[in-house]
Amino acid sequence: MTLFLEQVLNGLQLGVMLFLMAAGLTLIFGIMGIINLAHGSIYMIGAYAGTYVAMETGVYYAGIPAALAAAALTGAAMEFLVVRRLYKRDHLDQVLATFALILISNQVITLIFGRQPLFVGLPSALSGSVELLPGLFYPSYRLAIIAVGLLVALGLYLVINRTRIGMLVRAGSTNRDMVRALGVDIRMLYTIVFGLGALLAGLAGYMAGPILAVQVGMGEQILITTFVVVVIGGVGSIRGAFFASLIIGVFDTMLRAYLPGFLRQIMAGSEADALGAGLSSMGIYLLMALVLLVRPKGLFPAHS
Amino acid sequence: MKNMKAGLFALAGLLGSVVTGGAQEPVKIGMITTLSGPAGYLGQDVRDGFELAVKMNDGKLGNVPVEILVEDDGLKPGNGRQIADRFLNNEDVKLFTGIIFSNVAGATVPDIVDEGAIFVSPNAGPSEFAGAGCHPNYFVLSWLTDTMQGSAGKNASDLGYKRAFVLAPNYQAGKDAITGFKRYFDGEIVGEIYTRLDQTDFAAEMAQIREVAPDVVFQFQPGGLGIAFLRQYQQSGLLGSIPMVVSEPSMDHAILKAVGDAAEGLNVSGAWNTDLDNPTNAAFVAQFEETYGRTPTMYAAQGYDTALAFASALGKVEGDISDLDAFRSALRETDFETTRGAFEFGANQHPVQDWYAMRVEKNDAGELVLKTRKKLMSAHGDPFAQDCSF
Repeated sequence: MTLFLEQVLNGLQLGVMLFLMAAGLTLIFGIMGIINLAHGSIYMIGAYAGTYVAMETGVYYAGIPAALAAAALTGAAMEFLVVRRLYKRDHLDQVLATFALILISNQVITLIFGRQPLFVGLPSALSGSVELLPGLFYPSYRLAIIAVGLLVALGLYLVINRTRIGMLVRAGSTNRDMVRALGVDIRMLYTIVFGLGALLAGLAGYMAGPILAVQVGMGEQILITTFVVVVIGGVGSIRGAFFASLIIGVFDTMLRAYLPGFLRQIMAGSEADALGAGLSSMGIYLLMALVLLVRPKGLFPAHS
Repeated sequence: MKNMKAGLFALAGLLGSVVTGGAQEPVKIGMITTLSGPAGYLGQDVRDGFELAVKMNDGKLGNVPVEILVEDDGLKPGNGRQIADRFLNNEDVKLFTGIIFSNVAGATVPDIVDEGAIFVSPNAGPSEFAGAGCHPNYFVLSWLTDTMQGSAGKNASDLGYKRAFVLAPNYQAGKDAITGFKRYFDGEIVGEIYTRLDQTDFAAEMAQIREVAPDVVFQFQPGGLGIAFLRQYQQSGLLGSIPMVVSEPSMDHAILKAVGDAAEGLNVSGAWNTDLDNPTNAAFVAQFEETYGRTPTMYAAQGYDTALAFASALGKVEGDISDLDAFRSALRETDFETTRGAFEFGANQHPVQDWYAMRVEKNDAGELVLKTRKKLMSAHGDPFAQDCSF
């Protein structure tokens, strides 16, 4: 039972990381109509900038503002220099341009930091484990990630539902043209949305640093899963992104944890391992296909 | 007419030897290796180790001047093959070395040896070329992947562990690693997980390890993945409670620097270490550190040993590689010292050597170092040799 609870926590932790990425991506996709493949690069740049500052100063928390600032600046620069020219183009042009941004940022990072991964230690207050229930130890850093993710989700909920900016964002994701026709400065709104998305991606990247290796190409690994979350949740819907992230996080973790063992009970060991590893890699894509079959616009579509 | 032709050839040969006697044409050695990408330091160390041996002898190996042609395969089998073709056809290279990765070797080595050239591997050791697929022109100076990962299994048994939990990525080298481990481990495998090759978060696997509570964990995660795995192992609190065994490619002297404290106490096994007590090794480690300003890895030592092997054979044939049979026999005599101490070629021209158990410990200066604990296996060959016949 404690093992099951621990795996649920692992799933939640993966889920909130995905949410931080997906929240920005779904807004950019839903409101601006941009497929931003370079969102993973912002995640990577946030991780590198924060980790670098943390390594230089020796203080973990000093990395947080650095990561956020670097991510927001990169996001703003991307929007101003490249993405702004793509709003009227079709999706293929957007994919090409933002894919080029991935290649460019990977090479620039390689030139500056080299190919060896960077490492930052855990803050000392969070380096141990906490006994949540008798026998259930869980790393405090991962608990902190879950807490931060849930707080960000709550904050986003309040901003989107209780503020004027949030109202515009909601309106923009439901009917972009109408918002523009009512005289709202849509450019301003776009920049805010893009910057907000970049901030969250930078935060996610920096928080992932001490667990994973900070290395070139780390953004692409999480980006694909993030797109699955966006599609399952419904494009443009923060609420959808939140629930889809948690569903994908827990589903993926549970498949990895239990599927090979389950298959081993009904077939030979080596075949079960091969099939289990294969199926658990495919799992989230199968889930996406199923969801799209039943609800073609995702679980919580914004344009209803 | 026939006689006259033979006479001309003899004359030409005579002239040729007069010319080479004056200023001997350097022997070309083609080095195809991996210098770019995250694994670029492997090829860099093989190259630097090899070149160190040449530098220490004033540009000569076995008193024969050599010219080393280095090219980067970028870890792409296709590139390796193209470079080999160019070396064979345009540069007329007869002696090859350098390949790091088994997949590059698999695509490149058959081309080289079928053309009648000699390949001496400084690192890659796939089992497919060790048994029935062996070739008289193919020598391995490093180790077989199977034996290398197997040494971790031997080490685990030797340390008295009975129940092992094994993890590797779901691809060929990962499966080979687990096969090798099982071959040498006497105890029981209580858990076996194949992770995704692109997986960087191992929280779900850590939870399973904790649940099963094995005596020992064996993992093989190449490059950055292994570093992430070790750090998460430490963060989840498993480091103190469940010991881990790995083989040296998962914890070489470069990775050790990157991982830091998460590596302390780790049980490592391999065929070479900086502290192996033999004069060749002592000279190599000192010279390498002085020349390049960094600690050599096992790859550097293997590159250096490969150069010593070439030196011995080139010396015996006095730089004449027109008769490759003579060169091959000279190489097979293994009349050279290595940084690993005793070394012979087995029937399949793969190493028969000693294997060591090591541990990551703090030295007097408080730095983490890889310390040799004891000899695990003496003059150990491999199980594939019996299937090889030339």
